[in-house]
Amino acid sequence: MTPAATTFHTPHPVAQRRSTTESPLVRRLLIGVALAFLSVFLLVPLVAVFSQAFAKGIGFYFHTLSDPNAWSAIKLTLYAAAIAVPLNCVFGVAAAWAIAKFDFRGKNVLLTLIDLPFSVSPVISGLIYVLVFGAQGWLGHYRDAEQPWLPWLQNWLNEHNFKIIFAVPGIVLATIFVTFPFVARELIPLMQAQGRSEEEAARVLGASGWQTFWRVTLPNIKWGLLYGVILCNARAMGEFGAVSVVSGKIRGETNTIPLHIEALYDDLNIAGAFAVASLLAFLALITLALKTWVEYQHARQNQTKMFP
Amino acid sequence: MAIKLSRSKKIRVLPGFKLTLGFTLFYLGLIVLIPLAAVFWKTSSLTWAEFWHTITMPQALASYRLTFGASLLAALVNAFFGLIVAWVLVRYEFFGKKIVDALVDLPFALPTAVAGITLAMLYSQNGWIGQLLEPLGIKVANTRLGVFVALTFIGLPFIVRTVQPVLEDLDPELEEAAASLGANRWQIFWRVILPMLMPALLTGFALAFARALGEYGSVIFIAGNIPMKTVITPLLIMGELDMFDYAKATALAVVMLVASFVMLLAINVLQWWTNRYNTHNLA
Repeated sequence: MTPAATTFHTPHPVAQRRSTTESPLVRRLLIGVALAFLSVFLLVPLVAVFSQAFAKGIGFYFHTLSDPNAWSAIKLTLYAAAIAVPLNCVFGVAAAWAIAKFDFRGKNVLLTLIDLPFSVSPVISGLIYVLVFGAQGWLGHYRDAEQPWLPWLQNWLNEHNFKIIFAVPGIVLATIFVTFPFVARELIPLMQAQGRSEEEAARVLGASGWQTFWRVTLPNIKWGLLYGVILCNARAMGEFGAVSVVSGKIRGETNTIPLHIEALYDDLNIAGAFAVASLLAFLALITLALKTWVEYQHARQNQTKMFP
Repeated sequence: MAIKLSRSKKIRVLPGFKLTLGFTLFYLGLIVLIPLAAVFWKTSSLTWAEFWHTITMPQALASYRLTFGASLLAALVNAFFGLIVAWVLVRYEFFGKKIVDALVDLPFALPTAVAGITLAMLYSQNGWIGQLLEPLGIKVANTRLGVFVALTFIGLPFIVRTVQPVLEDLDPELEEAAASLGANRWQIFWRVILPMLMPALLTGFALAFARALGEYGSVIFIAGNIPMKTVITPLLIMGELDMFDYAKATALAVVMLVASFVMLLAINVLQWWTNRYNTHNLA
């Protein structure tokens, strides 16, 4: 490290680095603080879920999961997600197409409105459907209305005793609401950044609208779309607050997985609650892994586009 | 046709504008706007005096204080630690960095009910963390501190994920210039880096705060829900709903909705500011 020695070697990077990075001590301290914070708030809870799930042994774990009420909760959760995710996916693609590929007035207002469900408390997300479809709500009033504007609808509703609140349709609706923006907000900035020149070129070369979408747009947005679907699905299966308002919590009938966890927890069956919770925690881990993988693929696709 | 084309400045080559925009508006109206309007429709069944009485009853005031106070505190703590986490993830190399980076999103991915029972268990008297705090005289479960812990958990990714990309795009030349002019590392951070991160930091703070205001699932298990003490506003609404008092629940929901809309507006302004700052730098 003598001055004489350095002059004969390639310029030493140390002197240059010192001005734009921190000393090793500060660096280690910051890494330590960050890791300690993340350990307490993320790692410990994650480890706790799985260790509590198996606290009473593997036999009890599978006993809890094979309970008919647990099964019905799993089926209902999958059912609600299977309706909510594709619907919001179609909406997301349509909204992104309209917003990214065309110019029109009020675009910013529309963007804000699409994001609205994210800023509403889950409890209120459930409440609004109770107000529309509940016994005291619009539809409830409509059934008892003396002069309905569509008499056949009133008759139909009364004949079939059509229930939405405290039944499965309400759960599906609440799930759609809370996952509403996921795909759209992932696709809109992506498609805006990609512009419309590729699609326009395809059109000029004679492709139909559908061909343009399937062969040009979809390959460009596939990773963004998958990313949105993954996040949408995670939220759809894990939603608690909104679903808890509209479900009525009838065990074996209108309980989703998160509601079943709450029921077990309230019964002071803590190990049982964590056994079911471990399913959702496992889903969360898969979601994170998939998300990281998609981000990686997306970055790679962008790179090859820039440097072919 | 020719007249139409000459009048509009841009010729639409791409099809499907009416179809996609029409479907977007229809679906948005059906799922979001009409049901949300029901809140204001239901509130109109109350007189102004009744409405005011409901939203200023002592339980409601106590719940606002707790919800807003704990959310603010949690967002502040997250702003501090989130900045450090983002900094460490962007600037340093260490073992397991990729996993840590992926794990930051856990609060987004983990369902709130699971987070709720896990935190309640960890911070209870016999819990892993609770028994360490017990000798120090710190009680977390069934106290306001518990609400704060839960809100810190769910707000954690917001700051990291808004600051991280801005920090990645930061031009190293600016720091080199500052260093060549004789600034030390702390001065560079305080006077060069932090001002440039400020819009992103504020956006992340606002997002975390807004999310915490409405949070329900992760809080109710750890809070213990002692009336006037640890009841957050969403839980108060839930309580009124359980008693089928929809008018009261809706009045409280209006307060929450107005708060959410104000936050949404603030976030939009902040994001506009962030973007303006970025393009300004590029120019």
